[in-house]
Amino acid sequence: MDPLLRPGHCAPCMPSALGAPQADVFDRMDVRAAAGAFGAAPVAGAGGALQASFSPYQDNGGTVVAVAGKDFCVVASDTRFGLGYSIPARKVSRNVVLTDQVVLATAGMQADTSTLHKVMRTRLRMYQQNHNKPMSLTSVAQMLANTLYYKRFFPYYTFNVLGGIDEAGEGFAYGYDAIGSHEKVKVVCTGSAQSLIQPVLDNQVDGKQLQMGADPPPALSLEQTVDLVKDCFSSAGEREIYTGDFVEICKITKTGVEIELFELKQD
Amino acid sequence: MFRNQYDTDITTYSPQGRVHQIEYAMEAVKQGSAVVGLRAKDYVVLATLKRSTSELASNQRKLFEIDSHVGVAISGLTADARVLTRFMRTECHNHKFVYETSMPVSHLVLTIADKCQVSTQRASKRPFGVGLLVAGYDATGAHLYQTCPSGNYFEYKAFAIGARSQSAKTYLERHFETFEELDLKDLCRHAILALQETVSSSKDTELTTKNTAIAFVGKNQSWKIVEDDDVEPFLTVLDVEDDDEDDAVAPESSAPVEMDQS
Repeated sequence: MDPLLRPGHCAPCMPSALGAPQADVFDRMDVRAAAGAFGAAPVAGAGGALQASFSPYQDNGGTVVAVAGKDFCVVASDTRFGLGYSIPARKVSRNVVLTDQVVLATAGMQADTSTLHKVMRTRLRMYQQNHNKPMSLTSVAQMLANTLYYKRFFPYYTFNVLGGIDEAGEGFAYGYDAIGSHEKVKVVCTGSAQSLIQPVLDNQVDGKQLQMGADPPPALSLEQTVDLVKDCFSSAGEREIYTGDFVEICKITKTGVEIELFELKQD
Repeated sequence: MFRNQYDTDITTYSPQGRVHQIEYAMEAVKQGSAVVGLRAKDYVVLATLKRSTSELASNQRKLFEIDSHVGVAISGLTADARVLTRFMRTECHNHKFVYETSMPVSHLVLTIADKCQVSTQRASKRPFGVGLLVAGYDATGAHLYQTCPSGNYFEYKAFAIGARSQSAKTYLERHFETFEELDLKDLCRHAILALQETVSSSKDTELTTKNTAIAFVGKNQSWKIVEDDDVEPFLTVLDVEDDDEDDAVAPESSAPVEMDQS
Protein backbone atom coordinates (compact mmCIF):
# COMPACT_ATOMS: atom_id res chain seq x y z
CA MET A 1 0.00 0.00 0.00
CA ASP A 2 2.09 2.86 -1.20
CA PRO A 3 0.14 6.10 -1.12
CA LEU A 4 2.71 7.73 -3.35
CA LEU A 5 1.68 5.41 -6.15
CA ARG A 6 -1.58 5.81 -7.90
CA PRO A 7 -4.55 4.39 -6.05
CA GLY A 8 -5.34 0.77 -6.68
CA HIS A 9 -1.89 0.19 -8.06
CA CYS A 10 0.54 -1.78 -5.92
CA ALA A 11 4.17 -2.03 -6.78
CA PRO A 12 4.55 -4.88 -9.29
CA CYS A 13 4.93 -8.16 -7.43
CA MET A 14 4.54 -11.88 -7.87
CA PRO A 15 0.91 -12.54 -8.82
CA SER A 16 -1.01 -14.35 -6.12
CA ALA A 17 2.15 -14.64 -4.09
CA LEU A 18 0.15 -13.70 -1.06
CA GLY A 19 -3.25 -15.18 -1.91
CA ALA A 20 -6.23 -12.82 -1.97
CA PRO A 21 -5.40 -9.12 -2.24
CA GLN A 22 -4.65 -7.58 1.12
CA ALA A 23 -7.57 -5.21 1.33
CA ASP A 24 -8.27 -4.53 4.97
CA VAL A 25 -6.17 -2.86 7.63
CA PHE A 26 -5.75 -6.22 9.32
CA ASP A 27 -5.21 -9.12 6.98
CA ARG A 28 -3.83 -12.57 7.07
CA MET A 29 -1.49 -14.09 4.59
CA ASP A 30 -0.97 -17.76 4.24
CA VAL A 31 2.77 -18.20 4.60
CA ARG A 32 2.70 -21.72 3.20
CA ALA A 33 1.11 -20.61 -0.07
CA ALA A 34 3.69 -17.86 -0.37
CA ALA A 35 6.51 -20.34 0.00
CA GLY A 36 4.99 -22.52 -2.75
CA ALA A 37 4.78 -19.69 -5.25
CA PHE A 38 8.45 -19.03 -5.07
CA GLY A 39 9.15 -22.47 -6.36
CA ALA A 40 10.33 -23.99 -3.10
CA ALA A 41 8.59 -27.17 -2.07
CA PRO A 42 6.08 -26.48 0.65
CA VAL A 43 7.27 -27.69 4.00
CA ALA A 44 5.17 -30.76 4.69
CA GLY A 45 3.00 -30.67 7.80
CA ALA A 46 5.05 -27.97 9.47
CA GLY A 47 2.88 -25.22 10.86
CA GLY A 48 1.40 -23.63 7.74
CA ALA A 49 0.84 -20.71 10.04
CA LEU A 50 -1.26 -17.69 9.21
CA GLN A 51 0.59 -14.46 9.78
CA ALA A 52 -1.33 -11.39 10.67
CA SER A 53 -0.08 -8.11 9.34
CA PHE A 54 -1.14 -4.57 9.97
CA SER A 55 -1.17 -1.73 7.52
CA PRO A 56 -2.42 1.69 8.51
CA TYR A 57 -3.86 2.17 5.03
CA GLN A 58 -6.82 0.83 3.14
CA ASP A 59 -7.90 1.58 -0.42
CA ASN A 60 -11.62 2.33 -0.56
CA GLY A 61 -11.56 3.19 -4.25
CA GLY A 62 -13.68 5.91 -5.78
CA THR A 63 -13.08 8.39 -8.51
CA VAL A 64 -13.20 12.18 -8.38
CA VAL A 65 -13.32 14.66 -11.22
CA ALA A 66 -13.19 18.43 -11.56
CA VAL A 67 -13.89 20.24 -14.83
CA ALA A 68 -13.68 24.02 -14.91
CA GLY A 69 -15.37 26.31 -17.41
CA LYS A 70 -15.21 30.01 -18.05
CA ASP A 71 -17.26 31.06 -15.03
CA PHE A 72 -18.21 27.78 -13.40
CA CYS A 73 -16.72 24.55 -12.16
CA VAL A 74 -18.14 21.04 -11.90
CA VAL A 75 -16.75 18.77 -9.18
CA ALA A 76 -18.06 15.22 -9.17
CA SER A 77 -17.28 12.04 -7.30
CA ASP A 78 -18.79 8.59 -7.13
CA THR A 79 -20.16 7.41 -3.83
CA ARG A 80 -19.12 3.76 -3.72
CA PHE A 81 -17.13 2.66 -0.67
CA GLY A 82 -15.22 -0.41 -1.79
CA LEU A 83 -12.98 -2.83 0.10
CA GLY A 84 -11.22 -5.54 -1.88
CA TYR A 85 -13.98 -7.20 -3.91
CA SER A 86 -16.73 -6.08 -1.52
CA ILE A 87 -18.91 -3.01 -1.21
CA PRO A 88 -19.42 -2.01 2.42
CA ALA A 89 -21.44 1.09 1.48
CA ARG A 90 -23.02 2.58 -1.63
CA LYS A 91 -23.72 6.17 -0.67
CA VAL A 92 -20.70 7.69 1.00
CA SER A 93 -19.98 11.31 0.20
CA ARG A 94 -16.52 12.20 -1.04
CA ASN A 95 -17.23 15.91 -1.50
CA VAL A 96 -17.07 18.74 0.97
CA VAL A 97 -18.36 22.22 0.19
CA LEU A 98 -15.73 24.45 1.79
CA THR A 99 -17.12 27.85 0.74
CA ASP A 100 -19.87 28.66 -1.68
CA GLN A 101 -17.20 28.99 -4.37
CA VAL A 102 -14.92 26.05 -3.53
CA VAL A 103 -15.52 22.29 -3.34
CA LEU A 104 -13.01 19.61 -2.36
CA ALA A 105 -13.43 16.03 -3.55
CA THR A 106 -11.24 13.19 -2.29
CA ALA A 107 -10.69 9.56 -3.27
CA GLY A 108 -8.57 6.95 -1.53
CA MET A 109 -8.97 5.88 2.07
CA GLN A 110 -12.29 7.00 3.50
CA ALA A 111 -11.04 7.43 7.09
CA ASP A 112 -8.32 9.82 5.94
CA THR A 113 -10.78 11.50 3.59
CA SER A 114 -13.27 12.35 6.34
CA THR A 115 -10.53 13.50 8.70
CA LEU A 116 -8.92 15.63 6.02
CA HIS A 117 -12.31 17.18 5.23
CA LYS A 118 -12.92 17.95 8.90
CA VAL A 119 -9.49 19.53 9.26
CA MET A 120 -10.04 21.65 6.15
CA ARG A 121 -13.51 22.76 7.26
CA THR A 122 -12.23 23.76 10.69
CA ARG A 123 -9.30 25.70 9.28
CA LEU A 124 -11.54 27.50 6.81
CA ARG A 125 -13.91 28.49 9.60
CA MET A 126 -10.97 29.90 11.55
CA TYR A 127 -9.79 31.81 8.50
CA GLN A 128 -13.26 33.29 7.99
CA GLN A 129 -13.41 34.46 11.60
CA ASN A 130 -9.92 35.96 11.60
CA HIS A 131 -10.07 37.61 8.19
CA ASN A 132 -13.77 38.48 8.01
CA LYS A 133 -14.06 37.00 4.55
CA PRO A 134 -14.31 33.52 3.02
CA MET A 135 -11.11 31.93 1.78
CA SER A 136 -10.33 32.33 -1.91
CA LEU A 137 -9.78 29.33 -4.21
CA THR A 138 -6.06 30.06 -4.54
CA SER A 139 -5.62 30.21 -0.78
CA VAL A 140 -7.58 27.00 -0.19
CA ALA A 141 -5.45 25.30 -2.84
CA GLN A 142 -2.24 26.28 -1.09
CA MET A 143 -3.56 25.45 2.36
CA LEU A 144 -4.61 21.97 1.23
CA ALA A 145 -1.12 21.39 -0.14
CA ASN A 146 0.40 22.54 3.14
CA THR A 147 -1.95 20.34 5.15
CA LEU A 148 -1.00 17.32 3.07
CA TYR A 149 2.75 17.98 3.17
CA TYR A 150 2.57 18.47 6.91
CA LYS A 151 2.05 14.70 7.04
CA ARG A 152 4.84 13.99 4.58
CA PHE A 153 6.13 11.03 6.60
CA PHE A 154 2.76 9.46 7.42
CA PRO A 155 0.58 10.74 4.60
CA TYR A 156 -3.15 11.03 4.32
CA TYR A 157 -4.00 8.26 1.87
CA THR A 158 -6.02 10.71 -0.17
CA PHE A 159 -6.19 11.74 -3.80
CA ASN A 160 -7.75 15.14 -4.00
CA VAL A 161 -9.21 17.46 -6.53
CA LEU A 162 -10.21 20.98 -5.68
CA GLY A 163 -12.59 22.94 -7.90
CA GLY A 164 -14.09 26.38 -7.72
CA ILE A 165 -14.20 29.94 -8.91
CA ASP A 166 -11.28 32.26 -8.26
CA GLU A 167 -11.47 35.87 -7.19
CA ALA A 168 -11.65 37.05 -10.79
CA GLY A 169 -14.74 34.93 -11.39
CA GLU A 170 -13.04 32.31 -13.56
CA GLY A 171 -13.41 28.58 -12.96
CA PHE A 172 -10.34 26.50 -12.10
CA ALA A 173 -9.45 23.06 -10.78
CA TYR A 174 -6.45 21.70 -8.89
CA GLY A 175 -5.19 18.11 -8.82
CA TYR A 176 -3.13 16.76 -5.92
CA ASP A 177 -1.07 13.77 -5.00
CA ALA A 178 -1.04 12.28 -1.50
CA ILE A 179 1.63 14.62 -0.16
CA GLY A 180 0.47 17.90 -1.60
CA SER A 181 2.07 18.26 -5.00
CA HIS A 182 -0.52 20.23 -6.94
CA GLU A 183 -1.18 21.82 -10.28
CA LYS A 184 -3.72 24.38 -11.42
CA VAL A 185 -5.59 23.04 -14.44
CA LYS A 186 -8.91 23.17 -16.21
CA VAL A 187 -9.65 19.45 -16.01
CA VAL A 188 -8.44 16.79 -13.63
CA CYS A 189 -9.45 13.31 -12.56
CA THR A 190 -7.98 11.12 -9.85
CA GLY A 191 -8.93 7.94 -8.08
CA SER A 192 -9.48 4.39 -9.24
CA ALA A 193 -10.79 5.30 -12.72
CA GLN A 194 -8.21 8.00 -13.34
CA SER A 195 -6.57 6.16 -16.22
CA LEU A 196 -9.95 5.72 -17.93
CA ILE A 197 -11.35 9.23 -17.52
CA GLN A 198 -8.39 11.61 -17.59
CA PRO A 199 -7.47 10.93 -21.23
CA VAL A 200 -11.08 11.48 -22.30
CA LEU A 201 -11.26 14.82 -20.51
CA ASP A 202 -7.88 15.88 -21.93
CA ASN A 203 -9.19 15.25 -25.40
CA GLN A 204 -12.79 16.43 -25.13
CA VAL A 205 -12.27 19.57 -23.03
CA ASP A 206 -8.62 20.52 -23.43
CA GLY A 207 -8.36 19.53 -27.07
CA LYS A 208 -5.25 17.43 -26.60
CA GLN A 209 -4.16 14.63 -28.89
CA LEU A 210 -6.48 15.66 -31.72
CA GLN A 211 -6.01 14.42 -35.24
CA MET A 212 -4.14 16.74 -37.61
CA GLY A 213 -6.48 19.40 -38.95
CA ALA A 214 -9.25 18.72 -36.47
CA ASP A 215 -10.95 21.69 -34.87
CA PRO A 216 -10.37 22.25 -31.17
CA PRO A 217 -13.46 21.49 -29.12
CA PRO A 218 -15.75 24.45 -28.37
CA ALA A 219 -15.99 25.80 -24.85
CA LEU A 220 -18.62 23.83 -23.01
CA SER A 221 -21.54 25.30 -21.09
CA LEU A 222 -22.37 24.19 -17.57
CA GLU A 223 -25.05 21.76 -18.76
CA GLN A 224 -22.77 20.27 -21.43
CA THR A 225 -19.99 19.84 -18.87
CA VAL A 226 -22.35 18.06 -16.49
CA ASP A 227 -23.46 15.74 -19.30
CA LEU A 228 -19.85 14.98 -20.19
CA VAL A 229 -19.02 14.20 -16.56
CA LYS A 230 -22.06 11.92 -16.33
CA ASP A 231 -20.96 10.08 -19.47
CA CYS A 232 -17.45 9.68 -18.07
CA PHE A 233 -18.71 8.17 -14.83
CA SER A 234 -21.19 5.91 -16.58
CA SER A 235 -18.42 4.62 -18.85
CA ALA A 236 -15.94 4.20 -16.03
CA GLY A 237 -18.55 2.41 -13.95
CA GLU A 238 -18.94 -0.18 -16.70
CA ARG A 239 -15.28 -1.07 -16.77
CA GLU A 240 -13.96 -0.44 -13.29
CA ILE A 241 -15.17 -2.25 -10.18
CA TYR A 242 -14.55 0.50 -7.64
CA THR A 243 -16.66 3.09 -9.44
CA GLY A 244 -20.44 2.95 -9.40
CA ASP A 245 -23.67 3.34 -7.37
CA PHE A 246 -24.13 7.14 -7.44
CA VAL A 247 -22.30 10.26 -8.56
CA GLU A 248 -22.52 13.40 -6.45
CA ILE A 249 -22.14 16.34 -8.81
CA CYS A 250 -21.42 19.82 -7.41
CA LYS A 251 -22.06 22.67 -9.81
CA ILE A 252 -20.26 25.80 -8.67
CA THR A 253 -21.29 29.14 -10.10
CA LYS A 254 -21.06 32.68 -8.80
CA THR A 255 -24.40 32.20 -7.05
CA GLY A 256 -23.15 29.23 -5.06
CA VAL A 257 -23.05 25.44 -5.12
CA GLU A 258 -25.85 23.23 -6.40
CA ILE A 259 -25.65 19.48 -5.81
CA GLU A 260 -27.15 16.82 -8.03
CA LEU A 261 -27.19 13.07 -7.38
CA PHE A 262 -26.85 10.93 -10.51
CA GLU A 263 -27.55 7.19 -10.42
CA LEU A 264 -25.13 4.61 -11.78
CA LYS A 265 -25.33 0.86 -11.98
CA GLN A 266 -24.92 -0.99 -8.74
CA ASP A 267 -22.95 -3.91 -10.11
CA MET B 1 -16.42 52.78 45.50
CA PHE B 2 -13.95 53.85 48.13
CA ARG B 3 -10.46 52.72 48.97
CA ASN B 4 -10.36 49.71 51.32
CA GLN B 5 -7.84 47.98 53.44
CA TYR B 6 -7.20 44.36 52.39
CA ASP B 7 -7.57 45.29 48.73
CA THR B 8 -3.96 45.24 47.57
CA ASP B 9 -3.83 41.57 46.76
CA ILE B 10 -6.21 39.26 44.95
CA THR B 11 -5.20 36.55 47.39
CA THR B 12 -6.31 38.50 50.46
CA TYR B 13 -9.81 38.32 51.90
CA SER B 14 -11.25 41.24 53.82
CA PRO B 15 -12.64 40.53 57.30
CA GLN B 16 -16.13 40.83 55.77
CA GLY B 17 -15.32 37.86 53.51
CA ARG B 18 -14.91 39.88 50.32
CA VAL B 19 -12.08 39.91 47.83
CA HIS B 20 -11.90 43.55 46.85
CA GLN B 21 -9.70 43.08 43.81
CA ILE B 22 -12.43 41.01 42.18
CA GLU B 23 -14.94 43.74 42.88
CA TYR B 24 -12.59 46.33 41.40
CA ALA B 25 -12.34 44.15 38.29
CA MET B 26 -16.12 44.24 38.05
CA GLU B 27 -15.92 48.03 38.18
CA ALA B 28 -13.94 47.90 34.95
CA VAL B 29 -16.94 46.30 33.27
CA LYS B 30 -19.14 49.16 34.44
CA GLN B 31 -16.80 51.62 32.75
CA GLY B 32 -17.42 50.18 29.31
CA SER B 33 -20.25 51.57 27.18
CA ALA B 34 -23.66 49.97 27.39
CA VAL B 35 -24.61 46.60 26.01
CA VAL B 36 -28.19 45.29 26.08
CA GLY B 37 -29.42 41.74 25.53
CA LEU B 38 -32.90 40.24 25.28
CA ARG B 39 -34.22 36.78 24.64
CA ALA B 40 -37.39 35.38 23.10
CA LYS B 41 -38.32 31.74 22.64
CA ASP B 42 -36.47 31.42 19.32
CA TYR B 43 -34.19 34.47 19.12
CA VAL B 44 -31.67 36.47 21.11
CA VAL B 45 -30.76 40.06 20.30
CA LEU B 46 -27.78 42.11 21.48
CA ALA B 47 -27.64 45.88 21.00
CA THR B 48 -24.45 47.82 21.69
CA LEU B 49 -23.28 51.39 21.87
CA LYS B 50 -19.95 51.84 20.16
CA ARG B 51 -17.80 54.47 21.79
CA SER B 52 -15.08 56.32 19.92
CA THR B 53 -12.13 58.03 21.56
CA SER B 54 -12.10 60.94 19.17
CA GLU B 55 -13.54 62.22 15.91
CA LEU B 56 -10.56 60.77 14.11
CA ALA B 57 -11.00 57.28 15.51
CA SER B 58 -13.38 54.60 14.38
CA ASN B 59 -15.98 53.39 16.83
CA GLN B 60 -14.81 50.43 18.88
CA ARG B 61 -16.60 47.24 17.91
CA LYS B 62 -18.26 45.37 20.74
CA LEU B 63 -19.92 42.44 18.98
CA PHE B 64 -18.04 39.31 18.02
CA GLU B 65 -19.01 36.11 16.34
CA ILE B 66 -17.93 32.99 18.19
CA ASP B 67 -19.60 30.40 15.98
CA SER B 68 -22.55 30.43 13.63
CA HIS B 69 -24.88 29.83 16.58
CA VAL B 70 -23.20 31.98 19.27
CA GLY B 71 -21.97 35.54 19.56
CA VAL B 72 -20.95 37.92 22.32
CA ALA B 73 -21.10 41.58 23.24
CA ILE B 74 -18.32 42.88 25.46
CA SER B 75 -17.97 45.60 28.05
CA GLY B 76 -14.71 46.48 29.75
CA LEU B 77 -11.08 45.95 28.77
CA THR B 78 -11.12 45.29 25.04
CA ALA B 79 -7.79 43.48 25.05
CA ASP B 80 -9.03 41.02 27.65
CA ALA B 81 -12.16 40.54 25.56
CA ARG B 82 -10.06 39.64 22.56
CA VAL B 83 -8.30 36.89 24.50
CA LEU B 84 -11.61 35.49 25.74
CA THR B 85 -13.28 35.54 22.33
CA ARG B 86 -10.31 33.81 20.77
CA PHE B 87 -10.53 31.16 23.48
CA MET B 88 -14.27 30.73 22.91
CA ARG B 89 -13.78 30.30 19.18
CA THR B 90 -11.14 27.65 19.72
CA GLU B 91 -13.42 25.80 22.13
CA CYS B 92 -16.25 25.83 19.59
CA HIS B 93 -13.98 24.65 16.77
CA ASN B 94 -12.65 21.81 18.88
CA HIS B 95 -16.13 20.76 19.96
CA LYS B 96 -17.36 20.72 16.39
CA PHE B 97 -14.34 18.72 15.25
CA VAL B 98 -14.68 16.10 17.97
CA TYR B 99 -18.48 15.84 18.25
CA GLU B 100 -19.72 17.06 14.83
CA THR B 101 -22.29 19.30 16.54
CA SER B 102 -22.42 22.91 17.68
CA MET B 103 -21.25 23.49 21.21
CA PRO B 104 -24.10 23.91 23.71
CA VAL B 105 -24.12 27.52 24.89
CA SER B 106 -24.31 26.65 28.57
CA HIS B 107 -21.18 24.52 28.31
CA LEU B 108 -19.31 27.26 26.46
CA VAL B 109 -20.20 29.82 29.11
CA LEU B 110 -19.07 27.42 31.80
CA THR B 111 -15.63 27.13 30.23
CA ILE B 112 -15.29 30.93 30.15
CA ALA B 113 -16.38 31.22 33.75
CA ASP B 114 -13.82 28.61 34.79
CA LYS B 115 -11.13 30.44 32.86
CA CYS B 116 -12.03 33.72 34.56
CA GLN B 117 -12.01 32.06 37.96
CA VAL B 118 -8.45 30.82 37.54
CA SER B 119 -7.10 34.34 37.46
CA THR B 120 -8.93 35.23 40.67
CA GLN B 121 -7.01 32.66 42.66
CA ARG B 122 -3.40 33.24 41.64
CA ALA B 123 -1.15 35.84 43.19
CA SER B 124 0.65 36.22 39.89
CA LYS B 125 -2.43 37.05 37.82
CA ARG B 126 -5.10 39.69 37.65
CA PRO B 127 -8.76 39.01 36.85
CA PHE B 128 -10.10 39.52 33.32
CA GLY B 129 -11.52 43.03 33.24
CA VAL B 130 -14.36 42.28 30.86
CA GLY B 131 -17.97 41.19 31.12
CA LEU B 132 -19.68 39.38 28.29
CA LEU B 133 -23.27 39.02 27.23
CA VAL B 134 -23.32 35.68 25.42
CA ALA B 135 -26.18 35.14 22.97
CA GLY B 136 -26.69 31.72 21.49
CA TYR B 137 -29.18 29.23 20.06
CA ASP B 138 -28.71 25.51 20.51
CA ALA B 139 -30.77 22.34 20.80
CA THR B 140 -32.33 23.59 24.04
CA GLY B 141 -33.44 26.88 22.52
CA ALA B 142 -32.37 30.50 22.76
CA HIS B 143 -30.10 31.60 25.62
CA LEU B 144 -28.67 34.80 27.01
CA TYR B 145 -25.87 34.62 29.57
CA GLN B 146 -23.81 37.17 31.45
CA THR B 147 -20.23 36.42 32.52
CA CYS B 148 -18.27 38.30 35.15
CA PRO B 149 -14.59 38.83 35.96
CA SER B 150 -15.35 36.98 39.19
CA GLY B 151 -15.96 33.73 37.31
CA ASN B 152 -19.69 33.79 37.96
CA TYR B 153 -22.20 33.47 35.20
CA PHE B 154 -25.95 33.95 35.08
CA GLU B 155 -28.69 33.25 32.59
CA TYR B 156 -31.13 36.02 31.84
CA LYS B 157 -34.27 36.74 29.89
CA ALA B 158 -33.01 40.28 29.43
CA PHE B 159 -30.06 42.17 30.81
CA ALA B 160 -27.73 45.12 30.31
CA ILE B 161 -24.16 45.85 31.39
CA GLY B 162 -21.83 48.82 31.08
CA ALA B 163 -22.21 52.53 31.70
CA ARG B 164 -25.74 53.70 32.57
CA SER B 165 -27.03 50.17 32.07
CA GLN B 166 -29.42 50.62 35.01
CA SER B 167 -31.64 52.78 32.80
CA ALA B 168 -31.80 50.03 30.21
CA LYS B 169 -32.52 47.43 32.90
CA THR B 170 -35.42 49.52 34.15
CA TYR B 171 -36.90 49.55 30.65
CA LEU B 172 -36.36 45.80 30.34
CA GLU B 173 -37.96 45.09 33.71
CA ARG B 174 -41.09 46.87 32.49
CA HIS B 175 -41.34 44.87 29.26
CA PHE B 176 -39.56 41.54 29.65
CA GLU B 177 -42.69 39.51 30.31
CA THR B 178 -43.82 40.12 26.73
CA PHE B 179 -40.54 39.05 25.11
CA GLU B 180 -41.10 35.28 25.02
CA GLU B 181 -43.46 35.22 22.02
CA LEU B 182 -42.00 38.13 20.08
CA ASP B 183 -40.62 37.79 16.59
CA LEU B 184 -37.18 39.03 15.65
CA LYS B 185 -38.33 42.43 14.43
CA ASP B 186 -40.15 43.32 17.64
CA LEU B 187 -37.33 41.99 19.76
CA CYS B 188 -34.88 44.28 17.93
CA ARG B 189 -37.27 47.16 18.48
CA HIS B 190 -37.17 46.64 22.23
CA ALA B 191 -33.40 46.26 22.14
CA ILE B 192 -32.95 49.62 20.46
CA LEU B 193 -35.40 51.34 22.80
CA ALA B 194 -33.63 49.84 25.81
CA LEU B 195 -30.26 50.92 24.47
CA GLN B 196 -31.54 54.41 23.92
CA GLU B 197 -32.27 54.70 27.63
CA THR B 198 -28.54 54.59 28.25
CA VAL B 199 -27.74 57.60 26.12
CA SER B 200 -30.36 59.97 27.41
CA SER B 201 -28.17 61.76 29.89
CA SER B 202 -24.69 61.50 28.42
CA LYS B 203 -22.64 63.26 25.82
CA ASP B 204 -23.79 60.80 23.10
CA THR B 205 -27.10 62.47 22.59
CA GLU B 206 -28.64 59.90 20.31
CA LEU B 207 -28.24 56.54 18.64
CA THR B 208 -26.82 56.84 15.14
CA THR B 209 -25.62 54.43 12.49
CA LYS B 210 -22.08 55.20 13.59
CA ASN B 211 -22.39 54.40 17.27
CA THR B 212 -24.99 51.61 17.25
CA ALA B 213 -24.56 47.98 16.35
CA ILE B 214 -27.08 45.22 16.76
CA ALA B 215 -26.74 41.46 16.39
CA PHE B 216 -29.07 38.49 16.60
CA VAL B 217 -29.11 34.72 16.44
CA GLY B 218 -31.82 32.11 16.66
CA LYS B 219 -33.85 29.43 15.00
CA ASN B 220 -32.83 29.21 11.33
CA GLN B 221 -30.87 32.40 11.87
CA SER B 222 -27.09 32.30 12.04
CA TRP B 223 -25.30 34.91 14.09
CA LYS B 224 -25.50 38.16 12.21
CA ILE B 225 -24.11 41.59 13.06
CA VAL B 226 -25.81 44.66 11.66
CA GLU B 227 -23.87 47.90 11.78
CA ASP B 228 -23.10 51.12 9.94
CA ASP B 229 -25.69 52.03 7.32
CA ASP B 230 -27.46 48.69 7.65
CA VAL B 231 -28.58 49.72 11.14
CA GLU B 232 -30.68 52.56 9.75
CA PRO B 233 -33.94 50.56 9.38
CA PHE B 234 -33.63 49.41 13.00
CA LEU B 235 -33.24 52.96 14.26
CA THR B 236 -36.50 54.13 12.73
CA VAL B 237 -38.34 52.86 15.83
CA LEU B 238 -36.85 55.80 17.66
CA ASP B 239 -38.75 58.24 15.48
CA VAL B 240 -42.00 57.04 16.98
CA GLU B 241 -42.56 58.98 20.21
CA ASP B 242 -43.12 56.65 23.12
CA ASP B 243 -44.98 58.62 25.80
CA ASP B 244 -45.03 56.11 28.61
CA GLU B 245 -41.25 55.95 28.88
CA ASP B 246 -40.44 57.32 32.33
CA ASP B 247 -36.93 58.59 32.41
CA ALA B 248 -36.09 56.74 35.60
CA VAL B 249 -32.43 57.49 35.30
CA ALA B 250 -30.11 56.41 38.11
CA PRO B 251 -26.75 57.45 36.75
CA GLU B 252 -23.82 55.37 37.90
CA SER B 253 -20.35 56.74 38.33
CA SER B 254 -19.44 58.08 34.95
CA ALA B 255 -15.74 58.62 35.48
CA PRO B 256 -13.98 59.59 32.26
CA VAL B 257 -12.71 56.62 30.31
CA GLU B 258 -8.93 56.48 30.67
CA MET B 259 -7.92 52.95 29.81
CA ASP B 260 -8.53 51.04 26.59
CA GLN B 261 -12.07 50.27 27.42
CA SER B 262 -15.24 50.33 25.46
